[in-house]
Amino acid sequence: MNLNWLKRDPEVYWNPYVGGALLGLVLGGAFILAGEGLGGSGGLSRVVAALTDLFAPRYAERNPLIAAWVGGDASPLNHRMVWMALGALIGGFLSGAMRGRVKLETRKGPRITVKQRWVLALLGGIITGFAARLARGCASGQALSGGASLSLGSWLFIIAVFGMGYILAYPLRRLWI
Amino acid sequence: MAPLHLGDSALVSLLTGLAFGFVLESSGFADSRRIAAQFYLGEMRVLKVMFTALVVAMLIIFLGVQLGYVDYAALWVPPTYIWPGIIGGLLLGTGFIVGGFCPGTSLTSVATLKIDGFFFVGGMLIGTFIFNDLAQSFLLFFQTSGAMGRVTLMDALGVSTGVIAVGIVLITLGSFLLAEKSEAHFGPIRAKALAEAERADKEQP
Repeated sequence: MNLNWLKRDPEVYWNPYVGGALLGLVLGGAFILAGEGLGGSGGLSRVVAALTDLFAPRYAERNPLIAAWVGGDASPLNHRMVWMALGALIGGFLSGAMRGRVKLETRKGPRITVKQRWVLALLGGIITGFAARLARGCASGQALSGGASLSLGSWLFIIAVFGMGYILAYPLRRLWI
Repeated sequence: MAPLHLGDSALVSLLTGLAFGFVLESSGFADSRRIAAQFYLGEMRVLKVMFTALVVAMLIIFLGVQLGYVDYAALWVPPTYIWPGIIGGLLLGTGFIVGGFCPGTSLTSVATLKIDGFFFVGGMLIGTFIFNDLAQSFLLFFQTSGAMGRVTLMDALGVSTGVIAVGIVLITLGSFLLAEKSEAHFGPIRAKALAEAERADKEQP
């Protein structure tokens, strides 16, 4: 099955300022339509709550971090952030398919093996899942949405994210350059 | 008067997410290499996209407020929890370097079948579960440490929205100037790493 509709150079991306302006329209639009910004991790948090509820309903109902979502008749999956994450999957696929980028492959730095990259991606994902819950949002929900709506906490979060990224970049450079 | 309170509409959320994912992928963020490059100074895509978006959305919101179309009090401003937010930010920055994604970008990576994206998202599910379990033992910290409620930069710094907005625009433009200089300087290192990585890609099974 050919998942790529148009033959274009897959490595050519939008000009970042253009992409940023369009992302800003989407973000501003979300605030106008819903009164809230965007979210990336929120949907996944709901998925985890639903899975926990599925396999260990008694534990889920007693865990104060998710009890409010799993109690009652409504599924934790029936939430704005879940729809948004689903939409992001579809939108990402459409964009990739239009430029020939839908391809089963591993993206990594030149100095590590594919298997090493998988382990690091898993580890980074675990850290990030934990982090996004602790910070009550991620680069989308806190940094972008809270940054644009001028939340103090979100700006402190932005500084922390970029600060830590730059602190670790050099010691961990073998992963990427 | 905005907001239009369509947050409960599944269709609106789905379409918003669709546009979000489309723009992220088109900007190069399904590729962990292009994200990590931000921290090696040769390709400042993350900074440019993020801060252009932040400024454009900020202007939409606050020009809307100024013109009387938007009710700021009705908008969701993420409440401030100083220490959970900062420690979470430090960890998210760690996840960026170790894993190569943030949550939103990893979704587009999965959507374009990047195997590292699947591992990252799988990791996030595990990490979220670990948090939900462990946080029961530091619930007080999570819920009360530096908890200040809805605090804006205007409240914190005691200046007007206009000053904050102009300040953010100026800082952003300054950071873009620096980003262009940084790319001119570190670009060759970046190009070499990218070429090596692409050569290595060809050897992937």
